Amino acid sequence: MKLDAIDRKLLNMAQSNFPIVARPYKELGHRLGISEEQVIERLQRLKDEDYIRRLGGIFDSRKLGYKGTLCGIKVPAHRIDEVAAVVNSYPGITHNYLREGEYNMWFTVLANSPDKVKKILEEISEKTGITDILNLPSERVFKVLVNFELDEV
Amino acid sequence: MLTKLEKNIIKELQKGLPLVPQPFAHLGEKLGLTEKELLEIIDQLMEKGYMKRMGAALRHHRVGFVANAMVVWQVPEDMVEEVGNKLAAHPEVTHCYQRKTYPHWKYNFYTMIHRQSREECYDLAEELSRLVGIKEYKLLFSTKELKKSSMAYFADEK
Repeated sequence: MKLDAIDRKLLNMAQSNFPIVARPYKELGHRLGISEEQVIERLQRLKDEDYIRRLGGIFDSRKLGYKGTLCGIKVPAHRIDEVAAVVNSYPGITHNYLREGEYNMWFTVLANSPDKVKKILEEISEKTGITDILNLPSERVFKVLVNFELDEV
Repeated sequence: MLTKLEKNIIKELQKGLPLVPQPFAHLGEKLGLTEKELLEIIDQLMEKGYMKRMGAALRHHRVGFVANAMVVWQVPEDMVEEVGNKLAAHPEVTHCYQRKTYPHWKYNFYTMIHRQSREECYDLAEELSRLVGIKEYKLLFSTKELKKSSMAYFADEK
């Protein structure tokens, strides 16, 4: 499926300018010149086809009392799947990417106390035997705004 | 402190907004609230900064941003404020953090960039480098997404 101009506009609006009102899809439809029903159908299709990962509230994890960190580890090529299975098994690990470089597996850890973050990292070390974990807690957050502006032409 | 009701609302909104004409009335019913009451509490959660916004999180690969790089920087301590603000102000930078360093890992700044090709990522990093006057940086391109999910806040609280 290809995105048409209305899909693109809708995705841009749904990311950055979603109305918090009783009939949000009607409001989006009004802005796009389509019906409420058509907005719902399009959003459903965009979700089904995995363009939209989630449509919901976006929260400030620190304000909610969660502590987070970014970690990098060195995983030999033949152990990637096995180590990823251990790392990914924790709900607080929301992002995990293979990247180029000496430290090749990078993941984020989020938990509701520093002790829990520490415990998760200790368990990963124990289960995988990888002890060299580059643990990079944030000292300051300058920006988190994940918005992908799509060309609307 | 968040009340139990507020936490339950956050849990629901984190799971997602149903695709029905009156999604807040629908969620309100689950939570024992009227549509109006729920909308009011959501406004308060936004005002207090717990909720940043409502909206869609996209699969960036699916919408054409196939190249993504974590650009790591070595920023001298006395330039942190200025560099952080400049990088954060750039529309193409989605994340900008100052992080802990180690003797064997001196990068203290982390920015994420997403573009349509590797070349575009290199060009953007170079542009950012000129903008902030920092030459010590490198791009760590992602080669595979192993996990990308949304946090389930308060999942272990009944």
